[in-house]
Amino acid sequence: MHNPQSRGAERAMIVLEGVSHDFDDRPVLVEIDLALCERRIGIVGANGSGKSTFARLLNGLVLPRTGRVLVDGVDTRKDVKAIRRKVGFVFQNPDHQIVMPIVGEDLAFGLKARKVPKAEIAGRIDAALACYNLGHLRERPVHLLSGGEKQLVALSAVLVTDPEIVVFDEPTTLLDLRNRNRVAAAIDALPHPALVVSHDLDLIAGFERVLMIEDGRVAADGLPSEVLPFYRERMR
Amino acid sequence: MTIGLYHPGHSPLHRLSAGTKVTGLLVASLALFLTPSVWFAFWSVPVAFAVYLSTGAPFRRLMAQLRGPAILLGLVLAFHLLFGSVADGLLAVARFATLILLASAVTLSTRISEMAELVEWGLQPLRPVGVNPEKVGLAIALAIRFVPLIAEEFRHIREAQAARGLAANPLALIVPLVIRTLKSADELADAIEARGYER
Amino acid sequence: MTKDVSTRDIVYIALFAALMAAINLVPAIQIGFLPVPITAQTLGVMLAGSLIGAKRGGLAILLFVLLVALGLPLLAGGNGGLSVFFGPTAGFILSWPIAAFVTGWLTEVNWRRMNAVWFFVFSVIGGVVVVYLIGIPWLAMVAKLSLWDATKGSMIFVPGDLIKAGVAAVIAETVRRSYPLMQTVR
Repeated sequence: MHNPQSRGAERAMIVLEGVSHDFDDRPVLVEIDLALCERRIGIVGANGSGKSTFARLLNGLVLPRTGRVLVDGVDTRKDVKAIRRKVGFVFQNPDHQIVMPIVGEDLAFGLKARKVPKAEIAGRIDAALACYNLGHLRERPVHLLSGGEKQLVALSAVLVTDPEIVVFDEPTTLLDLRNRNRVAAAIDALPHPALVVSHDLDLIAGFERVLMIEDGRVAADGLPSEVLPFYRERMR
Repeated sequence: MTIGLYHPGHSPLHRLSAGTKVTGLLVASLALFLTPSVWFAFWSVPVAFAVYLSTGAPFRRLMAQLRGPAILLGLVLAFHLLFGSVADGLLAVARFATLILLASAVTLSTRISEMAELVEWGLQPLRPVGVNPEKVGLAIALAIRFVPLIAEEFRHIREAQAARGLAANPLALIVPLVIRTLKSADELADAIEARGYER
Repeated sequence: MTKDVSTRDIVYIALFAALMAAINLVPAIQIGFLPVPITAQTLGVMLAGSLIGAKRGGLAILLFVLLVALGLPLLAGGNGGLSVFFGPTAGFILSWPIAAFVTGWLTEVNWRRMNAVWFFVFSVIGGVVVVYLIGIPWLAMVAKLSLWDATKGSMIFVPGDLIKAGVAAVIAETVRRSYPLMQTVR
């Protein structure tokens, strides 16, 4: 679909400086300082640990109460539009992100939102769907797809707009094993840098870096071989 | 669901544009309501019926669709026979029959997407008043997208409640449905914004 | 009607329109002493105003009515399409967005003191009074009936509608208590 070489060595580097956030006076994230540039980063944590909020800081869906989040040097507070162009986001429930009733229309939706010229749209949709062998689903009503197909369509819809980095919030949690494997393979083969929040530890076992969020803080940060056993121990 | 009441076909009606058909329907309504002649109304019924049949949908389906309106019209006629005048009753029922047949013919021969495009086009002149046709288009698509989903959710809830003996309890069915729908709304709004859709 | 609707508003409007369609899946209830079964149809109208406010509730039901006009079989019994708007009951259906708006407006203005009783009162004012105030004259006009005859014919549905308003009120109050985030929805 897109040749990683042609993008050069440019990779969106995400920096969090002194980030804290609360919700209804309850602290959700506390003093996070991070520089993220690895190609595959996993994020684990118990429910309520703040990891979903953390993910949403990265594309400006949530703006930090204090501190700032920089994507490629751009502050999420200053230019959310540009941030969302760079950072694609795949949600846990594909039914909550697929907007249009027909697969092809949904992919077109993101392109139209970015004002892509009409002549280009059809070609880009075809290319994006071909990536995951979904071409035959182009005119299919979305509600007739399986969970895995929906999640791949959601991913295609994000990729069709050419982001620089993709954030996934629990992409496989709702899927059965076969569909989970399809999505895991897709994430594996993704040429873009990816940040994956997940309960599915097998998914991130091969990643370059894993962050563990606990009570709003980064409780562990390192290789999967270091962090995951620590996390498992904590989850006893 | 995405097809709705539309019946695919190649009849002359199918080939007409949505705008032409709707305009024709409105003209027919005006004609019928402005002409007090019972005979005009009376003779328009078989014409309308012919138009209805020309859509090419299966006869059985066409007749089945008329059952509901037929009952309603029967009631209206009964009211007139009991309390009013026969002439008025026949005129009213004939007018309804014609318009219902013509309107059904339009719906049968026009894709939902065509009707939606017609609506968006028709709203353009209202821009100065603050109406945004693209937002309307998005709302239509979203709603169509979600009808089968919410219906599915409803079936799940009904199953779960049936297990507790509450399958016929509107509260047990609707409260969870409303709450889940409102929650989905929040996530969906996030997703749309994440995909770059601007206000 | 100014469309200063945000993305979030559009989503609420669209989802509530879809919800209105799903509510029609609730089976009609036959209550012993009533001659006609109660359909869930106007329940959605009452809830729209009660739960998401006047502007969004009104627009949600307007969207629903529009979807029916486009050709979706979303009315009780799988009815829909343009024919619905050329029959005797067209006035009732066209009154629904206004009914939702009225219920919503009353609810917003009285938000602090809302409880099941007030939800009931406003559901009746919007979902029953407004609906009949528009539907009956329309019926009389297109069916060439006297206002009195049209009213007589429609009254048979009122007891069922009152029960429905009661159900809507309890649902609204229950949702309001279990989903406190809705306060920020306004």
